[in-house]
Amino acid sequence: MRLRRAKKWLPGLLLLSPSIVAIGLFVYGLIFWNTRVALSGKHDEVSGYGFDKGRNFVDLWHQPSWPGAVKHALLFTAVFVVGALVLGAFLAFLMDKGVRGEASFRVVYLFPMAVSFIASGVVWRWLMNPAPPERAVGFNQLFDKLHLGALANDWWQDPDWGMAAMALPAIWQMSGYVMALYLAGFRSVPEELREAARVDGASEWKVYRYVVFPQLRPVTLAALIILGHISLKVFDLIMAIAGKQIIAYVPAVATYVEIFDRHDPANGATIASYLLVAVAVLVVPYLVWTVRRERPR
Amino acid sequence: MRVRAPRRRWTVFAAVAMTGALALSGCGANEDSGSGDDRSKVEVFSWWTGPGEADGLAAMQADFEKKNPGTKFVNAAIAGGSGTQAKAVLASRLQNRKPPDSFQGHAGAELLDYIKAGQIEPLDDFFKQNNLKSVYPQQLLDQITYKGHLYSVPVNIHRSNVLWYNPGVLKEAGVSGAPKSVAEFVTALKAVKDRTKKVPLSLGAQWTADHLLENVLLGDLGTDAYNALWKPGADWGAPAVTKALDDFAEIMRYTTLEAASTDWQGAAKAVVDGEAAFNIMGDWAYGYFTGSAPNGLGKKLDTDFKYAAAPGTDGTYLWLSDSFTLPKGAPHKAGAQAWLKEVSSKEGQDLFNPKKGSIPARKDADKSLYTGYLQYAFEQWNNPGTKLAGSFWHGVNANNKWHTDIDTAVGLFLQNKDAGKLQQGLVSAAKNSGL
Repeated sequence: MRLRRAKKWLPGLLLLSPSIVAIGLFVYGLIFWNTRVALSGKHDEVSGYGFDKGRNFVDLWHQPSWPGAVKHALLFTAVFVVGALVLGAFLAFLMDKGVRGEASFRVVYLFPMAVSFIASGVVWRWLMNPAPPERAVGFNQLFDKLHLGALANDWWQDPDWGMAAMALPAIWQMSGYVMALYLAGFRSVPEELREAARVDGASEWKVYRYVVFPQLRPVTLAALIILGHISLKVFDLIMAIAGKQIIAYVPAVATYVEIFDRHDPANGATIASYLLVAVAVLVVPYLVWTVRRERPR
Repeated sequence: MRVRAPRRRWTVFAAVAMTGALALSGCGANEDSGSGDDRSKVEVFSWWTGPGEADGLAAMQADFEKKNPGTKFVNAAIAGGSGTQAKAVLASRLQNRKPPDSFQGHAGAELLDYIKAGQIEPLDDFFKQNNLKSVYPQQLLDQITYKGHLYSVPVNIHRSNVLWYNPGVLKEAGVSGAPKSVAEFVTALKAVKDRTKKVPLSLGAQWTADHLLENVLLGDLGTDAYNALWKPGADWGAPAVTKALDDFAEIMRYTTLEAASTDWQGAAKAVVDGEAAFNIMGDWAYGYFTGSAPNGLGKKLDTDFKYAAAPGTDGTYLWLSDSFTLPKGAPHKAGAQAWLKEVSSKEGQDLFNPKKGSIPARKDADKSLYTGYLQYAFEQWNNPGTKLAGSFWHGVNANNKWHTDIDTAVGLFLQNKDAGKLQQGLVSAAKNSGL
């Protein structure tokens, strides 16, 4: 009897156990370890892991480079998420309206995602070079040649809004992915619904505004979560374009600098903890929401 | 049954392979924890993978293998300029107590974290046994001694305080020659800005501003006051520092707008290409200017570019040095000592340095091997009247924390251009350094 019951769940458990062990060790084990280091006074190789009452979490805000890093991350996230969502939805809308050779367009828009940020970042660094007209390269040179010199700007080297320019490569890279999500969403809206709306005299815009888009809320939310957590953790793109310079300092870069350059593991772990919390604020409500939605079925 | 058989065979194969791998790694672990006098091999960890430096390392390796036929040389170099990736890899190896037999590090305070963590051994006995104390300049040994002990063996010397300039652009601007003081430098920069369309002072990414800062500090404060800044309890809030930082801020007004998008190569290239008048960069720029394509620019000294001591620093050598260490628990200690001996030897340094584009740290090297700019560097280094000052940016007199915090202060300055805030940042960086 017991054996038969075991037969039901044992193979499944066995199948899952390597991944459970690996996740337990490498995700939750390391989160635990990171939290422990963050709560300790281990500010150099020699100090121990003694409990520090979470002082690091307060002291971090007095570090000269930290407030800027937070500001940069928020600005980058806002521009990137909104930009990628709007552009992705717009591209999907165009596809949905039926373009000739849709398949090839889909591939073209999805392709940037296959390129790593490290590689595309180098190219974007060349494109977004703020040199004045006589030495201009990249976009500024293009604007100059087209007699649009007024459009030339400092790109990511602008002290206030530079991070907005930094989001351009990320938008370029991820909007194709958002397009794919939305396109799948559009296609899953039954044609009957649209036709019903059209019969009732709704314009094409109203069909999308009142019939199609409201059904895409789950897609939008999923895209928001995916983009949001990519953006808060952004590291490779920044390293490829700006390196560790203060002008484009973000929390993930700060983690690296604290641990490997400043040799301050506790500070690095504190920043990593803040990142985890920031991502959790995005992801946990989403998980709760999906679980609640799926339960009745 | 027939269908399942291959799968089972595959499982058996996988199991065997796994066991084999485990057994092998077990053997590996045994082999690595060898005894102290093991000289069967030596694993040398460095970031010398670029043109010139990799050739220099290979030349030293060949000489080492000739002298130590029983010792296998393992080159564990990791690519990445100024060792950023290499240092990250090294940190985790040291944490896991799997050190290489010897690793490269800038001589001086950059090694302090390793020293304090007990990860590298003092080399006083090694220096004594090989009579090295008399072959290195005394000032150099003084500046790399920590609490009475030496921890690394310098192989080369680079110079930080070099002003590279384009004679054509200077002529166009009506500047008669290299400026001798910081004040003259500012005047010359202004002349270039007013009379030509060229960039007065080319600058690269943030760290090249740190490099410029150490040169302005040295030029304004003088050698003794500069060296005193790095002693415990130094007064970074002093009026003399304020003056130097004001000059730094003034000089920064003449630099390239797109600096953050360029590294030092781009900034240095602007001078030899005639786009900029001046550039302050270490003497590794010389190899880049004169080397042949694709790694060098193939330019000629005196026609395409000239050099001088950075303004106000003539007679002082703002030095940095690559050196090798002996990690605690090095698996092949005797092999490591043989390598350190090679690194410290006259032959080794004379093989390495002409290729790397630096000069030997020893005083008795072969002068005839060093030509062009290197001849000047060689003479300056070996002139008994020359004073030595350590480059903070290149690891000599600030530990890692201090180094990063100064970098942050300079990075913030590049955005707010506020010399007062920069000084506050430098004061607290010195206070928090833990030195």
